Amino acid sequence: MKKKQVLMIGLLIATIMLVSCAPSTHQVLAAKGSQVKLRAIQTRAFDTTNKEKMLRTVIATLQDLGFVVDKADDILGTVSGTKLDRYALRMTVSVRPRGETQLLVRANAQYNIYAVEDPEPYQQFFDALSKAIFLTAHQVD
Amino acid sequence: MKYSTFSRLFIGIIVFLFLFVSCAPKIPKQALQLSKESLKNRQLQTRRFDTDEETLLSASAAVLQDLGFNIDESETDLGVIVCSKQRDATSPGQVASAIFIAVLTGAVTPIDKEQLIRASLITYPIHSDDKDKSKCRTAVRITFQRIVTNTQGQITRRECINEAKIYQEFFDKLAQSIFLEAHEI
Repeated sequence: MKKKQVLMIGLLIATIMLVSCAPSTHQVLAAKGSQVKLRAIQTRAFDTTNKEKMLRTVIATLQDLGFVVDKADDILGTVSGTKLDRYALRMTVSVRPRGETQLLVRANAQYNIYAVEDPEPYQQFFDALSKAIFLTAHQVD
Repeated sequence: MKYSTFSRLFIGIIVFLFLFVSCAPKIPKQALQLSKESLKNRQLQTRRFDTDEETLLSASAAVLQDLGFNIDESETDLGVIVCSKQRDATSPGQVASAIFIAVLTGAVTPIDKEQLIRASLITYPIHSDDKDKSKCRTAVRITFQRIVTNTQGQITRRECINEAKIYQEFFDKLAQSIFLEAHEI
């Protein structure tokens, strides 16, 4: 019985070590899911080539959702914003051309100190964006 | 009894550790959802002016400076101005109650000290006319938010500001500024 207890304590220590041994710098390049899956969740294609109008609509949608814009760049095609409601939700949206007829819109968000990697919040965002621009958001393979 | 208390405790700790590692807090469901409030806020935060986008942007920048904001970021091609200011956040009520508690218990309670007020102002052309500027119509929407920190440097409040009075006052000032701009005062 005593041998078993020693083994258990050993196991416990090993688990704690396993849990606490990763240095916090691993967060720099950390991502939970696969890259392909994450892109699919965060990206939609729209049937328009008017980048400026799309960027303006993205900004309007962010404002509708209660964000304050932090930065916007016409040439790079990015908009960042922060929403404060007890929590802090930070979001960056980028717009770039896809082929001759479409624009690709990608969003990524961070909730307090965590990356948002669930599909639902992004779906909600793209629903709001589609409503604002009167265009359907196409899933990208 | 099949398992000893020790084994139970052991399993409990293991399960707790795994929970601790894998459970990151989830984003609230309504965080990115349009609500009835969003439409109300849009109306509160938006005004239309009979002027072109460029004039409206420069008049807006002037008002923001009038109010003591510093411009952090701007992208005129998209009609964006981002500004902020850092101000005092102490409230007499909070100070009084902190003193009261200190006298009674000798404990120092932290009180609100500073606030960072941020705003983004966005213009959106509704109708543009290159030849006749007086026919142009542009919408402007501003949103305010603030972060309050206490005497210990901790964040005590993070919120958007949705008081109708503040927006009303801002747009009154903006209308005045556009008038001044048009008459080059």
